[in-house]
Amino acid sequence: MKMKKKIALGLVLAMGLTMFAGCGGNSGDKNAAADNAGGDTAAAIKVGGTGPLTGGDSIYDLAEHHGAEIAEEEINAMGGVQFELKMEDDAHDAEKAVNAYNTLKDWGMQLSLGSVTSTPGTATSDENYRDSIFALTPSASATTVTEGKDNVFQMCFADPNQGSASAQYISDQQLGSKIAVIYKNDDVYSSGIYETFMSKAGELGLDVVSTTTFTTDSQNDFSVQLNDAKNAGADLLFLPMYYDAASLILNQADAMGYAPKFFGVDGMDGILTLEGFDTSLAEGVMLLTPFSADADDERTQSFVAKYQERYGEVPNQFAADAYDCIYALYQACTNANATADMTAEELNELMKEQFTTMTFDGLTGTGATWNENGQITKEPKGMVIQNGVYVGM
Amino acid sequence: MKLKTMNKTTRSNMITYAMVIIAFVIVQIMLGTGNISSRLQGQLVPICAYIVMAISLNLTVGVLGELSLGHAGFMSAGAFSGIVVASCLSQNTSNEILVLVLSMLVGGVVAAIVGVIVGVPVLRLSGDYLAIVTLAFGEIIKGIVNNLYVGLDGSGLHISLIKNTLQMDGGKVLINGPMGLTGIPRIASFTVGFILIMVCLFVIFNLVNSKSGRAIMALRDNKIAAQSVGINITNYKLMAFVISAAMAGMAGVLFAANFSTVVASKFDFNTSILILVFVVLGGLGNMRGSIIAATVLTVLPEVLRSFSDYRMLVYAVVLIVMMLATNNPTLKNGLNLAWSKIAGLFRKNTEKGEQANV
Repeated sequence: MKMKKKIALGLVLAMGLTMFAGCGGNSGDKNAAADNAGGDTAAAIKVGGTGPLTGGDSIYDLAEHHGAEIAEEEINAMGGVQFELKMEDDAHDAEKAVNAYNTLKDWGMQLSLGSVTSTPGTATSDENYRDSIFALTPSASATTVTEGKDNVFQMCFADPNQGSASAQYISDQQLGSKIAVIYKNDDVYSSGIYETFMSKAGELGLDVVSTTTFTTDSQNDFSVQLNDAKNAGADLLFLPMYYDAASLILNQADAMGYAPKFFGVDGMDGILTLEGFDTSLAEGVMLLTPFSADADDERTQSFVAKYQERYGEVPNQFAADAYDCIYALYQACTNANATADMTAEELNELMKEQFTTMTFDGLTGTGATWNENGQITKEPKGMVIQNGVYVGM
Repeated sequence: MKLKTMNKTTRSNMITYAMVIIAFVIVQIMLGTGNISSRLQGQLVPICAYIVMAISLNLTVGVLGELSLGHAGFMSAGAFSGIVVASCLSQNTSNEILVLVLSMLVGGVVAAIVGVIVGVPVLRLSGDYLAIVTLAFGEIIKGIVNNLYVGLDGSGLHISLIKNTLQMDGGKVLINGPMGLTGIPRIASFTVGFILIMVCLFVIFNLVNSKSGRAIMALRDNKIAAQSVGINITNYKLMAFVISAAMAGMAGVLFAANFSTVVASKFDFNTSILILVFVVLGGLGNMRGSIIAATVLTVLPEVLRSFSDYRMLVYAVVLIVMMLATNNPTLKNGLNLAWSKIAGLFRKNTEKGEQANV
């Protein structure tokens, strides 16, 4: 018995040791790589961001991380202003996001990419404001992220804009006569869009025949919601939610032989790269997103080609948002003659001035401008999924 | 000298107080001299909140001997009620400490009331059944808060459930359904957290050493025997349960007041389990162990950031190794032996010193 225990303990220790050794080697390599990069770019402005590298929403952060990395490399290759990029994991949790933010602050972050998702974004943007570190978030879309903070800016549409833009688009293009909405009522993003969609739909006289909800705990079975929409005779289903729940809805609607038009928002982006999802089900799904990977301008094409070569998948809107963020920071830094030896406070003042006055052309929209509240103005594009890729409508 | 004449429990309690005070002083010195990383500085208040959560749950699990899986529910009830009060008060007064203390009291009272409501029917159950019901309770609190809308304007508080039907006249929305609390006045401070830990320790140690405490432990050890000597089971169970809930409520207010936003889903089943892990790792009924475990396990995931992608994997392995190591009799004996040798050295030295003095 005793022998057995000793053996067990020995095995555990051995397992632990090998893992530590493995990790140690790995992180050592990474550090070495970072050092090399640091050697080439002696005076780089440190840009940090937090996002859910682990957990259910990790597809966003990975995409943004990759997109930002490509932008960082391109910019550093050009000479001029140099960037050093670092992302920390926040597991989509406000408390962990603040910890991640503080870790980045210890690292010497001068400019911030805020957080990838909204709830952590609200918490970290408050820290950004307190510490006077300028933030440009790629995708934290809630209004609370920028509200009352003069140094936090968004690259994505704010949630209310998405809701009203969707209603406007559906009305303008006459996509459906009877509309059903399914939304997630314990999620900031989903319920935020829902509210503004409904108020705009009321203004425009859209006929919403069915409204049903679900929560994180009940997002496995949508038969009740789908039946409700079907019985009400809805021919357009508006789905303001993230792709994971949307993929199940598409699956279950297909299984029950219900085929309305589906209309999503930017959270739907990513559905085509979801593991184990039959992309033929997403055929004909419409979504409102500022980025399309099949656009024929040169910059988008070179970005998509680079992304595909390195990461083996078509970049989604989030990758493009993060790519744009780095370029917007680059443009602002170049205009303001910012250098890496400036403190975060000095950069903060320069950036605030630049962002409220400059116009930015990126992958996710040309002629983008920011207002005093940090919200962006740019044109949304309607996309439809055909043969497994996004095509502009 | 005095330390030796005390009985064993008192001495152990004094060591726990001393440990907390020393840790506080060290951190204060670090803060004063600026020798602290912003990461650790940002974690100070959450650590205090988690310590209070751990020692209060230890009262239920370790001292009362009932398994509760919904402790985060009390934290949530306290946090949301307390912060609403804090938001109202901070419009009228600028004294942050006063606002924080008052809102913590309110949070504690609300959590205690919830504790009574849950406790009266539930504490007639025991073992697995109690665990199941408390688990459900945590989820219910989460569900309610997720659908709660509270706004504040010139004419007072507005509350609505499920649909946001607040008739607001200017003012601001305090609890916005699934978006939770936003724009929280960030009034939490490490000093208040430290004082809260000391107060909770004081209450728990004195309770355990009182007539009531002995009754509570008696019914943990043998319910039938306790009943046969005339101990009112429900009353004493409820007492421990409600005190534990009130402390969790206060910890919730402290925790929420440290962040600018808090959502209901933060206080879910996972958080309850996390706190239970603190308690189990620290030792059932062992307050000092809970404090150490809560601190270590809160700081650990952040320290492990250098492992990047393997962070949570390493965290899990460290957790397993800790569980095995603290339960390993060989290791324990070895440690005890080493400790007694060190202590023995000191004793010999002082004896020699005394002789030399003579």
